Parts: sequence; C-alpha cells; structure tokens
Amino acid sequence: MTEYQNEPLSVAQMRTGESARVGGGVGGPGLVRRLDAMGIRPGKPVTKVSSTLFHGPVTLSVNSSRVAVGFGMARRILVRTDRHLP
Amino acid sequence: MTRVLLVGNPNVGKSALFSRLTGTHIITSNYPGTTVGFTKGYLKLGGVQAEIIDVPGTYSLEPSSRAEEVAVNMLKDGDVLINAVDATNLERNLNLTLQLLERRIPMIVALNMWDDTKHRGINVDAAKLEELLDVPVVTTVGITGQGIRELVGRFSEARVPKDVRTYSSSDERWARVGDIVGQVQSLSHRHHTWYERIEDATSHPVGGIIIALLVLFGTFWFVRFAGEGIINYVASPLFGFLWTPVLLKLSTLLGGGGLWHNILVGQLIGGQIDYTQSFGFLSTGLYIPLAEVLPYVIAFYFVLGILEDVGYLPRLAVLMDTFMHRLGLHGYAIIPTILAFGCNVPGILATRVLESRKQRFIAMTLISIGVPCAALQAMIIGVVGNADAGGGIGYVAIVYASLFIAWIVTGIILNRTVKGFNPELLIEIPPYRLPPWRIIGQKLWLRISGFIKEALPIILGTVLVVNVLYFLGVFHAIGNFLSPVVTGLWGLPKDTITALLVGFLRKDAAMGMLGTLGLTAKQLVVSSTILAMFFPCVATFVLLARELGARDLLKATGIMLAAVLIMGALQNLIL
Repeated sequence: MTEYQNEPLSVAQMRTGESARVGGGVGGPGLVRRLDAMGIRPGKPVTKVSSTLFHGPVTLSVNSSRVAVGFGMARRILVRTDRHLP
Repeated sequence: MTRVLLVGNPNVGKSALFSRLTGTHIITSNYPGTTVGFTKGYLKLGGVQAEIIDVPGTYSLEPSSRAEEVAVNMLKDGDVLINAVDATNLERNLNLTLQLLERRIPMIVALNMWDDTKHRGINVDAAKLEELLDVPVVTTVGITGQGIRELVGRFSEARVPKDVRTYSSSDERWARVGDIVGQVQSLSHRHHTWYERIEDATSHPVGGIIIALLVLFGTFWFVRFAGEGIINYVASPLFGFLWTPVLLKLSTLLGGGGLWHNILVGQLIGGQIDYTQSFGFLSTGLYIPLAEVLPYVIAFYFVLGILEDVGYLPRLAVLMDTFMHRLGLHGYAIIPTILAFGCNVPGILATRVLESRKQRFIAMTLISIGVPCAALQAMIIGVVGNADAGGGIGYVAIVYASLFIAWIVTGIILNRTVKGFNPELLIEIPPYRLPPWRIIGQKLWLRISGFIKEALPIILGTVLVVNVLYFLGVFHAIGNFLSPVVTGLWGLPKDTITALLVGFLRKDAAMGMLGTLGLTAKQLVVSSTILAMFFPCVATFVLLARELGARDLLKATGIMLAAVLIMGALQNLIL
C-alpha cells in the first residue's frame, strides 16, 4: 500500500508541474468569493504551472484557464496532493 | 430604443464582437480589463434601432473592482443581453451565464473564440448547449466576423428561459455548470504547441525575468529606431521640401515681420524657417505634432498593440508583482502604467481594474509624476538629445533615471502613508495568441487618428496662445513672481517658467519652447524633468478630477508639487 500525505499543503508549497485538488478551508469570505468566481473552489483539480522569485505570484491551471494568485493567497489555498511520503 | 448589453467574463472578446456588430472600431487586446468604461454603438436589430453597450468584463455579479462595479450596475438598464462566452473556457464562463439568467432579462449567447476550440482539442455541442440553457446559442469568432450575421439574425429569439432556476448557493450553481459542461463538451488529445513552449519560457522564474528585460529593452530600442527613422526619412524631408516654400512665400506676403508674421510663421532664424526655433502657428505649431511627436506615437503604439494582442502584458504583471507591492500596488498596475507611456489619459482610466481606492490613488499619482507620455518623450529625445545644442543621449538617460527614481521613491512613501489596503494579485492569464495584422493595423490607426484629432488642435492652440501672451507681456509678470523658485532653487533662467506653465496645456509644445531658450544641457535636464513630473496636462487633470474627486485630487497635486520641488533642487545640486 502506498502511503499518501494527508496533511493538506498550500498551493505555495506545491511543486511546479504538480497537480492537486483544492481542499476546504480557504481563508476569508471575500477571497473565497473571488477565487470561486475564477473557478478555484473545493474539489477542483489544479496544476501549479509556475512560480516566481522572491515569493511572487503562483500561476495555476484550472480547467482550461490559467490564473495567477499572489503568494499570500497561494499560502491560504489548501490542497491535497497524492504526493508520496518520503 | 432597445438597450442591448454585451456582457461576459473579462477577455472573452466582447469588444471584438462589439466592433463587428456596430461597425465602429474600439480597442481590443488580449488581457482582461481592456474595457473599463462603457462604449455605446447603434445598429438595426430585427428591424428596430437598438443601442448596444460594450460592458466591462466581470467574473461574477458580485463586483471586486471599479470596472466590475460599472458592469454590474449597468445590468439594471438592459433590455436584452448578449452574453459573450469563451468557448474554450466553458465552465467558468457558464457560471456567469447562469447568474445572468437568474436576472430574467432576455438573453442570447455568443459562443465566441469558436475557432480556438479546434486547435485546443475542445469539442462543444452548441445545439445541446442551446437546449440546456433554453436561450439561443450562436457560435462566433469576433475578430474575423464569423457568425455575426447569424447572431444578428437570431437576435429576436433572445428570451428568458421558460424555467429559470435560481441557486441557493454558489456550490449548487457550479454543480449545474458541471452538469451542463459534462453534457456538451468533450476533450481530445492535442500536441504541445509552440505557444506553450513560449509560455513555459516566459513564465520561468529566471528565464521570464530575462525575457521581460529583453522585451522592455527591445521596445525602447525599436521605438527610438523607428521613431527617428520616420522623422529623418519621411517627416522632416516632407516639411523641408513641401511646406517650407509655402511658409517662405507667406512670410514674404506678410512683409517678413510684424505681429501676424510672428504668430503665423514665427521668427525667421537667419532669414530661414527653423521648425524647432521659429515657433509660429504654422511652422513649429505643425512641426511638433506631425514631425516630432507623431513618428514616436506611431512607433510606440505599434509595439504596444503587438504586446497587448499577443497577451504578454499579464505575464509581465505576474513578474512585476513582488516589486509593485513595495509601491503599494500589485503587478496588474503595470498595465495602466505601460498604457500611460503612450498617453496618461488611457493609463489613468485603466487604473479602474485595480481593486482598492488606495491602489488607484497611488497608481494615478505615480503615473502623473513618473510616466511621461509618448509625445513628451519624443520631444525630450528631440530636444535634450540634440547633440547640436549641447545635449546628448546621456542627458536623456539622466532624465529617465530621475523620473524612475521619483516614481519608485514616491511609491514607497505613498505605500507607507496612504491609508487603505493593497489586495493581492488575482488575475487570469490568457493564452498567447498570434494577433491578425488587420486587427493590429486597425488599432494602430484608431490610436493615431485619436492623437491627430485630439492632440493636434491643442498643440496648435497652445502655440497660438503662447505667441499672444508673449506679445502681451503676461509671461514676464508671472516669471518675475515665480523666479525665486525657478532661478533660486532649480537654477533655471526666468524664461523657463513660461514653458513650464505652457506644459499645463501640452507638454510636448512646452518642451518645444524649452528648446528655443538656449539652455545649457544641465538646465535642459532639470527643466524637462520638472516638466514631466509637475502638474499633468489639462486632459489628464480633468480625468484625474473625475476619477479621484476634489479632495484626493488636491492631495495628488500637493504630492506632485512636493516631488517636483525636491527633484529639481536635487538635480540642480548634483549635476
């Protein structure tokens, strides 16, 4: 049996190219609403497309569009990956 | 009259559809937020005259920026909606569609960017979508005009669905969206396109920065190269061969001097017309806008148009985000800033895409202080960079560096002192697209004709006013009054105050005046930096007043004056 990491990660912690599902617990109702309108919502599969230096924005691919979110936001979007435990 | 609203998510091609529907051309680009106000047009739809409005894009009916607020507020007044939907991004677009349907306004859907679905491996069953939504669905390609006839033809079928569902929660609505998408869309395999390779390169953490620097450097190089080229090989010879003989004849007719001669033809320099020195209504007044400024305006908007339509600007916004946060802004503020390098007016309008009042205040103030428009830049390069008059490109670089420093320092200070919040970046990154040349050409023409129509009369008027006021001796009085600052603090001759005041009307004309005063290179640097930083031109000022309100305008003006006093004094001390 493969062991999966169960601790939720934030989008900021994901590796570039890695895919995951958005989990619950995104902070702040305003943020939830704005992310929701962009299609980033619990259960949605997202892929981290790129990141930038110095804690800059993270770009996610969701459905067929790409959305860039600031680093602080990226830290508040929690996801579950199927990453193996080391 | 029926009022038709063109609504949809940002960057789904509403403006292109609008242009096609009404036959009037408006600016389109490949980034969300091109349309921040609204544009009206008229057309006959099913035998009735209709007013059609291009509404700014919005992701939901709960607005998060000024531009989205405009969109949501306009919904109340719509008789019929044309909902533009990006066919390559059904899921997110349909979420708004369902929200719009809940408003019970008759609607027709334009399934736009239809041509993109094929090479992106997306198959959409439009007929099935029509059945599920219970409103007409027409496939369209806004930029080529495909499907527009059908859209107009079926317009009268726009309706409120028989059974309008309302959703008690966003989750419920998304579930319905998922259900619809599952029924109408299938995906097929596709190859990695070269667009995606460019995507990977430009969004690489390090590679992206290198590419951004190359793009910026390339832009400056191209604009200067092309601008100079047009001046030296087209504009200047045209004036020399065609216009000079006419003016000389006129000069003789007017007796070679006197009030009318000085106003119309200007001062003859050694018996000849000198287009930069004579300063007559018909000599310098025409030469500045048409031969010195227009070539740079063309070159700048050509490059800007390509960068916009390819979709590079949102990537630049992402790269610049961390830096822009230090100035109290986020990365997206780079787009209004870049637009302002063409003309501050559209730049300031574009700040509406920013979410908070603090951001908009800072962005507008920084644009007014640190971003010279293309017309002013052309004249700075022409006058300060003129080696014959003791200037040079090194001095031009000092002006740019000073403005850049003023922009950054003011931004850092404002970030710490202006109350309010600076939300984080949250933007959609559109796919790269190869813009059709026809669209680039149309947009360039739109902007150039806009410049000629709006700037040319003001420049001519400015030159006229200057001549009349000179004659009346008004400038002399003001010059004496302000001389402690101008000569004491900035080390400039009293005459420069005239030019600086003229800058309120048109900064390019003012820069032209500075060129006639026989200033030293240092004085040219100081005066052109001051001209760029202090008080925006009247067109920008009126817009600032509207967007900021009286109180904030006063604040912004105070900041500009403080910044310019300090910068001018520093330059005077250091240089």
